[in-house]
Amino acid sequence: MELRKEYVGELSRLMKQNDKIFILDADLAGAGGTTPLYKEFPNRCVDAGIAEANMTCIAAGLSASGYIPFIHSFVPFVARRALDQIAVSISYSEQNVRIVGYDPGVHTTSNGGTHMSFEDIATMRALCNVAILDVVDGVQLRKALPYIVEHKGPMYIRFVRKQTEELFDDSYEFRFGKADKLMSGKDLTIVASGTSLLDAKQACDILKKDGIKVDLLGIHTIKPLDDKAIITSAKKTGAVLTVENHSIHGGLYSAVCEVLSAVHPTLCDAVAVRDKLTQVGSLNDLKRDYGLTVDDIVTRAKNLVKKKSNI
Amino acid sequence: MDFVTFSKEIRKNTLRCLHSQGSGHVGGSLSIVDVLAVLYGKHMDVDPANPKKDDRDQLVLSKGHAGPALYATLALKGFFPVEWLDTLNKLGTRLPSHANLNLTPGVDMTAGSLGQGLSCACGLALANKAKGINKYVYVINGDGELQEGQNWEGAMFAANKHLDIIVLVDNNKLQIDGATKDVMNVEDIEAKFKAFGFETQRVDGHDHNALDKAITQAKKQKGAQCIVMDTVKGKGVSFYEAMGAGVHSTNVTDEQYAKALEELV
Repeated sequence: MELRKEYVGELSRLMKQNDKIFILDADLAGAGGTTPLYKEFPNRCVDAGIAEANMTCIAAGLSASGYIPFIHSFVPFVARRALDQIAVSISYSEQNVRIVGYDPGVHTTSNGGTHMSFEDIATMRALCNVAILDVVDGVQLRKALPYIVEHKGPMYIRFVRKQTEELFDDSYEFRFGKADKLMSGKDLTIVASGTSLLDAKQACDILKKDGIKVDLLGIHTIKPLDDKAIITSAKKTGAVLTVENHSIHGGLYSAVCEVLSAVHPTLCDAVAVRDKLTQVGSLNDLKRDYGLTVDDIVTRAKNLVKKKSNI
Repeated sequence: MDFVTFSKEIRKNTLRCLHSQGSGHVGGSLSIVDVLAVLYGKHMDVDPANPKKDDRDQLVLSKGHAGPALYATLALKGFFPVEWLDTLNKLGTRLPSHANLNLTPGVDMTAGSLGQGLSCACGLALANKAKGINKYVYVINGDGELQEGQNWEGAMFAANKHLDIIVLVDNNKLQIDGATKDVMNVEDIEAKFKAFGFETQRVDGHDHNALDKAITQAKKQKGAQCIVMDTVKGKGVSFYEAMGAGVHSTNVTDEQYAKALEELV
């Protein structure tokens, strides 16, 4: 099922239980899939038009009045265009707003260039008290939503609207702030967030055939990060590769390095966008161009293991 | 307390607050004192003992730098002890230069990054509508602040959604870099708000009776309202009034404070 359908289906269920949830869009209710909620809950859904800064502050006002507003748009139009509004009216004002960014990083494909953003996690991470979720699939999002509603404080959530590929099945349990341990190994730690976890998983299967055993940590909560899981794994393997659909500056790689450098300095490398401009293209071509493919993960993983053994 | 006495007390205490720091946003604080006196002296349905009660009128001081005038008003209304006024901008204070809803009892919204207040007020008014609460959300905007484009996103929304919002424009005609008309003219303010779907009025922003009448009239109307208040930056203290654009942020020395209090007797 498309991820946006999972999202809206679960939101509808939660909105029936909780009359504080409020939905806001900026002319992307159709694209994001929230339109059915407008019919079901006409008093708690508002399309603010193409005015993301306004939508963001309206959400702050709703939150100050006790609501739990969810604001939606493509990643750069919420996390970048409305950054000062998020900083002042949401983060500094400690408002309970959910900021939902669609189609992060390379997933913007043909709308890329202008609509593509590789810096959203970096900026959100630097804001005080903003929790960050980078979602891998529809199951994870559906399982996370009850917590997303309950969480106290601002939260930024990024996911791919039309994604159908799933990693998890219905037995998956979402635990906020906790890594998902997907594979165990002693040669290398791979830490992957969001949809990069799908590629990381494939890469680990290839590496396994080549005799490299990987500790694979899936990270949905980038802030607060599961420091303990990362340190424990790094102590075991001695080398950490991060994989993310984001700039190497300020995202998962930075977060992991910040943790390890202070507690257990470890050899690290990243599969991430390396200061390259955004552009249009097919998903596969974009991943190839930015060095985010399964092959890129395998190559960097092997090099890192080699480097480790040379130390 | 009548409006004249109340506004004098607010002016004195605004200067007390600014004097504790030695300087601050004197001009734009003094220019909104009279509307604060009329709002909190008569129109605002608020309860100092229960500042967050659900069914209350709310004020978004979008020109958040005028915090000291609002703090003086709230202290005089009993929201917190007047002694707090002497803590302006000291580390750990409940009274930061720009208003913060989490720190100060009676402050309904954080503001300071100009242009966000009207949008936040839309959220407050939308919440009232969804809850079926019939109360008003007042917004105080600066004239210079209207140069921020987000105000017009908020204005469009407020009018489209028929929100019970009353925008009060502190039209003191000065901003940091000079006269508003020279830096970036925002007139005709009434025509602009009308074009966005507001009903508008224009009054002398220091005439209590005119303000009272205009607010009473605005409350009777349905939908978004705007009152353009012609004001004087630094109003009430002759040497601040004469200062021009420099009064936006200026000193309140011991001598200036003493002299100002003499004028405000």
